Amino acid sequence: MSETTAHDAVDFAPPAEVGEMELYHAKTWIGKYVWSQDAKVIAIQYGITAIAIGLVALVLSVIMRLQLGFPNTFSFIDPSNYIQFVTMHGMIMVVYLLTALFLGGFGNYLIPLMVGARDMVFPYLNMISYWVYLAAVLILVASFFVPGGATGAGWTLYPPQAITEGTPGSDGGIILMLLSLGVFIIGFTMGGLNYVVTVLQARTRGMSLMRMPLTVWGIFVATILALLAFPALLVSAIMMLLDKLIGTSFFMPAMVSLGEQTAYDGGSPILFQHLFWFFGHPEVYIVALPAFGIVSDLLSTHARKAIFGYRMMVWAIVAIGGLSFIVWAHHMYVSGMNPYFGFFFATTTLIIAVPTALKVYNWVLTLWRGNIRLNVPMLFAIGFVFTFINGGLTGLFLGNVTVDLPLSDTYFVIAHFHMVMAVSPVLVIFGAIYHWYPKITGRMYDDGLAKVHFWLTFLGTYAIYYPMHYLGLEGIPRRYFAYGDTAFMSESSQDLNAAITIAAIVVALAQLFFIYNMIVSYFRGKKADPNPWEATTLEWQTADNPPKHGNFGPELPAVYRWAYDFGVPGAADDYIPQNVPPKDVKKA
Amino acid sequence: MVFAIVLILLIFGSLLFHVVSPWYLTELASNWSTIDFTLDLTFWVTGVVFVAVNLFMAYAVIKFRYNRNRRSEYKPEDKKLEGWLTGITAVGVAALLTPGLFVWADFVTVPEDAHVVEAVGQQWNWSYRLPGEDGKLGAVESRFISDDNPFGMDADDPDGQDDVLITSQTVHVPLDKPVKFNLRSLDVLHDFAVAQFRVKMDLVPGLVSYLWFTPTRTGSFEVLCEEHCGLAHFAMRGMVVVDEQADYDAWLAAQPTYSEILAMKAGDPSVGEGTYAVCVACHGAAGEGNQALNGPKLAGQEGWYMRRQLQNFKSGARGAHEDDETGKQMAAMAGMLVDDAAIENVIAYIETLPDNPPPTTIVGDVASGEKIYRNCSVCHGVNGEGKAATRAPRQAGMSDWYIASQLKKFRDGIRGAHPDDDFGMQMNLMAAILQTEDRVNDVVAYINTLSGKKPQQVATRENH
Repeated sequence: MSETTAHDAVDFAPPAEVGEMELYHAKTWIGKYVWSQDAKVIAIQYGITAIAIGLVALVLSVIMRLQLGFPNTFSFIDPSNYIQFVTMHGMIMVVYLLTALFLGGFGNYLIPLMVGARDMVFPYLNMISYWVYLAAVLILVASFFVPGGATGAGWTLYPPQAITEGTPGSDGGIILMLLSLGVFIIGFTMGGLNYVVTVLQARTRGMSLMRMPLTVWGIFVATILALLAFPALLVSAIMMLLDKLIGTSFFMPAMVSLGEQTAYDGGSPILFQHLFWFFGHPEVYIVALPAFGIVSDLLSTHARKAIFGYRMMVWAIVAIGGLSFIVWAHHMYVSGMNPYFGFFFATTTLIIAVPTALKVYNWVLTLWRGNIRLNVPMLFAIGFVFTFINGGLTGLFLGNVTVDLPLSDTYFVIAHFHMVMAVSPVLVIFGAIYHWYPKITGRMYDDGLAKVHFWLTFLGTYAIYYPMHYLGLEGIPRRYFAYGDTAFMSESSQDLNAAITIAAIVVALAQLFFIYNMIVSYFRGKKADPNPWEATTLEWQTADNPPKHGNFGPELPAVYRWAYDFGVPGAADDYIPQNVPPKDVKKA
Repeated sequence: MVFAIVLILLIFGSLLFHVVSPWYLTELASNWSTIDFTLDLTFWVTGVVFVAVNLFMAYAVIKFRYNRNRRSEYKPEDKKLEGWLTGITAVGVAALLTPGLFVWADFVTVPEDAHVVEAVGQQWNWSYRLPGEDGKLGAVESRFISDDNPFGMDADDPDGQDDVLITSQTVHVPLDKPVKFNLRSLDVLHDFAVAQFRVKMDLVPGLVSYLWFTPTRTGSFEVLCEEHCGLAHFAMRGMVVVDEQADYDAWLAAQPTYSEILAMKAGDPSVGEGTYAVCVACHGAAGEGNQALNGPKLAGQEGWYMRRQLQNFKSGARGAHEDDETGKQMAAMAGMLVDDAAIENVIAYIETLPDNPPPTTIVGDVASGEKIYRNCSVCHGVNGEGKAATRAPRQAGMSDWYIASQLKKFRDGIRGAHPDDDFGMQMNLMAAILQTEDRVNDVVAYINTLSGKKPQQVATRENH
């Protein structure tokens, strides 16, 4: 028995029951860095692609804000392309940036390293997954250039308008969007199966499920959600394509379009909404759960304190994941569905607030009696907790069916979901990139630039989205190109819109600090320590920094403890890596 | 330290913003004060949590800032604390949910004595139908919808004969009486939302949704479409006017029923010819237009559009703006049309005039105009032919100098901004994108290239 009193540590790691997987070590540069089967390289391919297309979406949002802040000042923005920008901004950010970056990017980089595996279980499939994702992105980008332009159906793509003449991009644009989504889902499925199987099958000796870092838990459960939720989007995309291309009526009832009779009959627009949100609500957690997991690890590591309530955190992730499949119609309270659904979905939705609140308490309690190092990743992590509390609480307005009535379809909704699903996860993404940058590149980023980036992004986004709720309370609707003279809207709401636009421009420009820092530090940054944050998880214990193909040295690490041994009484150091057995712990 | 102070400033700054914000719920005009109550309650509960948890976090960041000589506490979990937190949160959530569900139960239960109004949405305008004296709305069918039957009325259904059909975007309701809006869409999704009434609901083609409220103060309240319905979504605006009973009754008496509309006599062109004599000076003997006298070409314009504009001129909804010199002239002339029959007759005559292309007078960049026109084509047609369903007149083959002058008037609020000009507001919003003279000329130059042909109707559904 060891003298330290760690939460979960034993001197024994069970022997390996199967041999190690054999890796294909590419011999050419192209094999190593282009058609790569190394999950770490694939992760970076995913990451760079996702951030690149995300920057396109960022520019689109600035264009939207220019029109909203200074209506009809810029002649290159008109009602037609405005709604196309709105649509493409939303879809790119949710699917092609956030989903791809969290799962394809962080999932690929961190899962094998953190569970102590040489690579993903199916490296070849993993490689194809990225190239299929890239194809989906290119199809999406191509839709900007077809006649009629990209779809302007709103990112929710609600029929009938998504495929009828009155919406911009209702020909080539919507067809390419649906195709791109289909291709994305195929690519994701290849990657997603890999992540799940790797977590279940390829954990190293001693890495029990309940010793996994919460980052892996978050990504793991999010991937399962995605594997179950994306098929709903796939079938709706296929059915809508059929409605568009060969005139079936899955979602199309008998209707006219711009005064002309159509041949549609018998379809249900609300069916599409159920399918879309059966995907769309879990999608929120597909983005949020990896962020929850990562931020738990950032907070624990930089607060030098064991995550508070690890078991509760794991069960909360699982419970949120499960519940996320029975709340979807809270997006549809005023959709015209049977209003009695409101009772059920409001109840399930508010229940999901309980495990979510517990996660917040546990993050804050992790800081309590910690020894907090305000490194850049920690700034972002605490910033996340702040914005997430804000965004989570406004969810209690919209989830409660009655309160949703005046707020639905207004800027309150925009403010809520950007706070909770854009700002919060993006703060985690930045925190995570700064946190793992020394591992990925072997160099340190510039601390000063990173802090400027943090402050402008954190304060700037709060200045955008906090006041925006109040536009919604006044009743100002979303997806409007201009408001004209509307009696109930105050004159000053236009001033507020102008202020929000200025904040948005500042935030957008602040990202240049990030990009500059990432690129320049890659070449000129200080050489990084292999474990600069004195972290416990396996990725920081690799033989090489950055880790080579195969991740670890000749022997895989064995795991003797959970991932959060910070400040263990009796130990000399304030942290004990997962691969250190109790007998090897230096005593104080 | 700095970080924690910033967090504390953000917490109190957010509270302060909430207190001083001039942007908040509009003044309530319905019975749904209970909705406002649930919203206020949610603000209180979430506000307390927001302050408490964030202050706790900021305090922790200060108190437990890094000290190389200190160790963090090693406390992986605390079942009791976690249990308490779960319990308190569950209680808080139940306190929000319970009143919410009770109010929702009220919302889904329509009072039996509610007065019924059907709001009909289509890209991008509103119209309304009242059940008439029998209290029953007649049957409607999507396949019956046409320019002549915009509501899709089933002519054989006796219940529909006395239905009151309102093709204006404004509907009146009586004060203090519960009203149920049945919501029907002819094409895509829309949403019927009035900020001051608090309630809203989507319109879904293929089914009838509803909402109800009791108006509690008189006034005019804008109906906004709040479900994205295509390009001109932002320009889809209706109006609910809440009247005292007497005013309501007077308004209702002036609205035509379905059978009255069916019985309406068509205009007589031979009578109209006489009336047209006063128009000839400016609009030309063949309705060909005369730029020198500011008279646009009339021949070939849609009858329903001329009817609406003549009525607008007569009622003062158009041509009353002090800067609208030519509009004022026309308003004076339209006053000479004594009644609706006179309007019908003169329109009937104009419809017999030969439709010859007028000379083009506007020069502009056609490629630039084509880009702008993509915003116009959804209503006015890809060939500039006009569409009754979108209330949009023909553009192609009409006087180009006149279109340019009207676009500028719409842009500058000289035309269309009158509260009674039902569809003018849409053009005010749209013409705002024509910031410069060049852009006006570009789009008109593009319109000059259009054929004005009605596209062949491609799709027809079999009647069954």
